Amino acid sequence: MLAAWRTVAQRRQCPRAPALLAAARHLASQTAAASTQSASVAAEVPSSSSGSEPSARLLSSSQQPEERMDFPGGSVPFTAAMSFLGGTFSPRAPLPCYRTIDSAGLAIADADIPHELDQETAVKMYKTMVTLQTVDVIFYEAQRQGRFSFYMTSSGEEATAIGSAAALTNDDVIFSQYREQGVIMYRGFSVQDMAHQCFGNIHEQGKGRQMPIHYGSKALNFHTISSTLATQLPHAVGAAYALKLQKRNACAVAYFGEGAASEGDFHAALNFAATLKAPVVFICRNNGWAISTPATDQYRGDGIAGRGPGYGMASLRVDGGDARAVYNATAAARKIAVEQQVPVLVEAMSYRSGHHSTSDDSSRYRAAEEMRQWRARDPVARFQRWLVDQGWWSDAQDTSARQEARRDVIKALETAQKAPKPPLSAMFEDVYARMPWHLEKQQAEVFAHVRTHPDACPADIPVK
Amino acid sequence: MAAASCTLRSTPLPAAVGSPAARSLLAASTRPVRANQRCLVVKAQKRELMMWEALREGLDEEMERDPTVCLMGEDVGHYGGSYKVSHGLYKKYGDMRLLDTPICENGFMGMGVGAAMTGLRPIVEGMNMGFLLLAFNQISNNCGMLHYTSGGQFKVPMVIRGPGGVGRQLGAEHSQRLESYFQSIPGVQLVACSTAANSKALLKSAIRSDNPIIFFEHVLLYNVKGEVHGPDYCQCLERAELVREGTDVTIFCYSRMRYVVMQAVAELEKQGYNPEVVDLISLKPFDMETISKSIKKTRKAIIVEECMKTGGIGASLSAVIHESLFNELDHEVLRLSSQDVPTSYAYELEAATIVQPEKVVAAVHKVCGVRVAA
Repeated sequence: MLAAWRTVAQRRQCPRAPALLAAARHLASQTAAASTQSASVAAEVPSSSSGSEPSARLLSSSQQPEERMDFPGGSVPFTAAMSFLGGTFSPRAPLPCYRTIDSAGLAIADADIPHELDQETAVKMYKTMVTLQTVDVIFYEAQRQGRFSFYMTSSGEEATAIGSAAALTNDDVIFSQYREQGVIMYRGFSVQDMAHQCFGNIHEQGKGRQMPIHYGSKALNFHTISSTLATQLPHAVGAAYALKLQKRNACAVAYFGEGAASEGDFHAALNFAATLKAPVVFICRNNGWAISTPATDQYRGDGIAGRGPGYGMASLRVDGGDARAVYNATAAARKIAVEQQVPVLVEAMSYRSGHHSTSDDSSRYRAAEEMRQWRARDPVARFQRWLVDQGWWSDAQDTSARQEARRDVIKALETAQKAPKPPLSAMFEDVYARMPWHLEKQQAEVFAHVRTHPDACPADIPVK
Repeated sequence: MAAASCTLRSTPLPAAVGSPAARSLLAASTRPVRANQRCLVVKAQKRELMMWEALREGLDEEMERDPTVCLMGEDVGHYGGSYKVSHGLYKKYGDMRLLDTPICENGFMGMGVGAAMTGLRPIVEGMNMGFLLLAFNQISNNCGMLHYTSGGQFKVPMVIRGPGGVGRQLGAEHSQRLESYFQSIPGVQLVACSTAANSKALLKSAIRSDNPIIFFEHVLLYNVKGEVHGPDYCQCLERAELVREGTDVTIFCYSRMRYVVMQAVAELEKQGYNPEVVDLISLKPFDMETISKSIKKTRKAIIVEECMKTGGIGASLSAVIHESLFNELDHEVLRLSSQDVPTSYAYELEAATIVQPEKVVAAVHKVCGVRVAA
């Protein structure tokens, strides 16, 4: 790592060194060639004496063709042929999609499995998927019943979140977009924690300040979700930079969707990570839809993985519905990132089976047939099939797991709903490390108002 | 003390009978430390440096003291920064702690936020404050918010700094004053330095603060010379500076306008006026203690700022003064600001867009009445 930085430093100290060296070599060859100049070459030179004027010799056509252009960015070969590449010119085949389990859940023979899944991990992954599916269904219904204001499901993407989370260590710093609840759940965020956050009560880490599903936990190394798309990508680069300075055996991981990858911060983060050699694993959930915008209206190139090599970054496309492939892809990517201290891009292809959020009705813009086809290759069902084939899971276990999950989720919602809300005073805390006078003043005004107008503040919210 | 030629010189600190500036610094060193402000004060050790050198020295001292302090931005490493604030520091601290980034303000601002949340104390340098408009999303939605929305779990101890203000014919895009755009953002603190002394001392405090601080330097003040303090002197980020004690009128200013005001003061003194000059330093939150103490004494206030009239720092300050000190005022607060136009390139037009000393003199005449010279 240090060597790479030193090389950069040396190049910086004399950025034109390669160019100067090439020019000097060229000049030397010119001088050597001058003594055997042909008559046709000499004829181009207006003066009579051909051997005594170095400048005239330089003007004459070179016997040695220049082969490469050395410029501050590196060195590229010359060509006399003009041929465009990309777009409608010599279109390249898209990057293939790595998978180890087919759509029915059957293992594919001879698939690359550099990181075998052991039973304990695989079962934990599946159980988390079961809990996640249960949470998604019941929390969505709870929002519909008006119990809290907003929810986003991750149906169809359980394998992407949980398969990747299982391949990371707890020291890896995670930045997510909003549809990766499977990741924080795998790390240990309980259903109760999720319910508390969605109700914004006194038990939740965010102290009731963020809208539902904007989870965050310092203890679990999972950064609080910010609604703005793709802003977490440069954060991940900064975190990776910090890990690099602290010489930690860890990487930063950034999740985002294919729609968010259109934002400027995507470009910024990937370019920065590659240029500065930051150990980040960028995981794109290409689920085909950005609210009502299909991926065909989001980009014209080869998806998101196709962009990685343009930044000088190793990239892989993986079947996001195949938990085992996602696990392997993430484990391999993490290894590259930490060992080589470089970023890696993984694009997990899947499908957003649910609506964008509780504020969306995707039947307005999606064909029922398309949704049905994708449900038929549900990632949880595929992994379950594979798990059963390993002899690690049974139908009876499945039924009991789902019943237990359902009980836990319903109880968690009830507990969270009954818990008290944070006091009004919490509104002004944590804006700064210490409350400045103007916030103290505003807080005092709010308290005074509530004292004289008690019904301005809901009965279940304490003032202090 | 050549006041007339002090256009670009900081207010000197003479050893003679205490000038207001010397008094304020001495007062700062003996003023009891307030419970809610961290002011590290020791006996002052003074040397004279240019502001860029002072900032550099402060940066060097803090980077040596705390290995989590780092600087990132365009051309800050090997080039040493466009205004030499990090000149040569990469030789001492390496390429990682003086990080040269590709050109993307939102990118390296976000990177700073992520690094700050992961245990570092990054300083993000905008080559020109105006370029940080590109970083507005990260500053507003993340830098200012994440400590709050995470329930206090993640803190963002960043310093965002760079030169702003109207320079010499740099054109509209390079003459932005971002303090007015940033002032509404919840969660960020705004500080404007103006002298070699306060630039170093404030920067040190800003780096040690756990809040995100936007630290405004001025493009024309980097060569201003002045005495600076030693490595342990940190100046309170929330305290204004009393530049000149007076009785007739309080003139509030910040950054380069401090010098414009002091030029006007030289003329006003000749005319027999005795203005009090307060350098705001803390643009958010305002130092209401110093502000109200001054207004209660003079009963008249003029605000001199370089940002635009509409929605400027002066607009906020004027509102706050009228709301809380209405009965202490004999005259409405006058606001001298730049015109609400993009800054022209042409020299005369540029000069006409910003406040000049003559306007300050005229404002004092308006508020105090015209006086016959003593």
